[in-house]
Amino acid sequence: MSDPRSHETLIDQLGTELVPVRRLLPPWLRTAGWLLAVAAIAAVLLMHYGVDSMLRRWAGTPDLAWAGIGAMLTAITAAWAAFVLGVPGRRAAWAWLPLPGALLWIGASGLGCFRVYLHNWIAPGTQVASLHQSADCLVFIISFSAPLSALLIVLLRRACPLRPVLTAVMVGLASAAASASLLEISHAYDAAATDLLTHALAVAVVVAVNAAMGGRLLSRA
Amino acid sequence: MPQALTATGFMGLDSGLAPWVIAHQPVPADVAAANDSESPDQRRAAWMAAAQAGDRRAYEKVLADSIALIRAAARRQGVAQDHLDDVVQETLITVHRVRHTYDPTRSYDAWISAIASRRAIDALRSRGRRDSRELHDEFALDRHPDVDDASASAESEQRAQRLRAAIAELPPGQREAVEQLGLRERSLNEVAELTGRKAGALKVNLHRALKALRERFHGEP
Repeated sequence: MSDPRSHETLIDQLGTELVPVRRLLPPWLRTAGWLLAVAAIAAVLLMHYGVDSMLRRWAGTPDLAWAGIGAMLTAITAAWAAFVLGVPGRRAAWAWLPLPGALLWIGASGLGCFRVYLHNWIAPGTQVASLHQSADCLVFIISFSAPLSALLIVLLRRACPLRPVLTAVMVGLASAAASASLLEISHAYDAAATDLLTHALAVAVVVAVNAAMGGRLLSRA
Repeated sequence: MPQALTATGFMGLDSGLAPWVIAHQPVPADVAAANDSESPDQRRAAWMAAAQAGDRRAYEKVLADSIALIRAAARRQGVAQDHLDDVVQETLITVHRVRHTYDPTRSYDAWISAIASRRAIDALRSRGRRDSRELHDEFALDRHPDVDDASASAESEQRAQRLRAAIAELPPGQREAVEQLGLRERSLNEVAELTGRKAGALKVNLHRALKALRERFHGEP
């Protein structure tokens, strides 16, 4: 049953409340804003640890560099996807955007493990981490992911994510990937199964926490 | 300089940061001259763009124009006919709150349909929850029929029957006038030709018939 009169009343009421609004910035621009924060953290870390050790590691073992690039690409694309998903009417297929970067990240990290175990070829200036040392990576990734996720959620709250859980997964992936690539700057451990597992665990924790909490934090609309 | 900043207002922030995005967005001035070559989607997009700038007339037009789109989106999600209007109201309220997320370079129809689908799913879920908490008692359902719908339709049916009976009891000339002029909505000349009576006589008969019916139902002389 159509009830045109009550719709008219509501429209009239909404009309009286109408004030000009500032349009949401395009997703890529908001992504750039978030990346600026990541870059600021990277700059601080680079100032502290210096560029040399990182470049030496990368030159000696290119797979570590590829893994770092993959993580960075994952962070950028996942953040972008999160911002796009915050705009009603955009396709959910945007959630696949981080996939190529993630494959590069995971693939290169996996290759690194093979390198260490098959050829015993260890990146310069590193060691294979013990389980205890790997735990440091876990703490690093999670503690950097928390503020980066919080920033993304704050930036997304002005938007209208109609798929809050999917968006929150993107937020988690973006911040975990960004933290992992920041870790690359100061990472004194080579790729190894234990280290890789710790990273995977850290990323999973960050994504899962975001999915569980973010859905609620984001579903304002 | 501070004055120049305030003069551009807060709508200026977007255009200042992303002039290339704003450049091909419809400006509110276009709205009044929404010409016929535009598709309905483009016309609504232009109205919403104007509404974002505070144009109340365009806002009310685009909302009124959106009702059919919202109902279609809700129907696609499987919302029952009786609950479509609830979804329309919920969607209109959401649209009001998130109107800043609409990007006028993109389809308005896709934007509003996405919001409407979301609200439809919410409505179905909350109804599902309510239904699962309720006891299903077929017996009680039979004994307590839906008072609003059933009694209203029965009442109007009874009224129509009483009117039909009253018309049937009128003298033949008056009955003919009511049936031909009132119920079949023919013109005086048509009925005059059809029945071979004079138009003046038909008018008199109709007046007498209506007076008789009025007296019968309302007790007016």
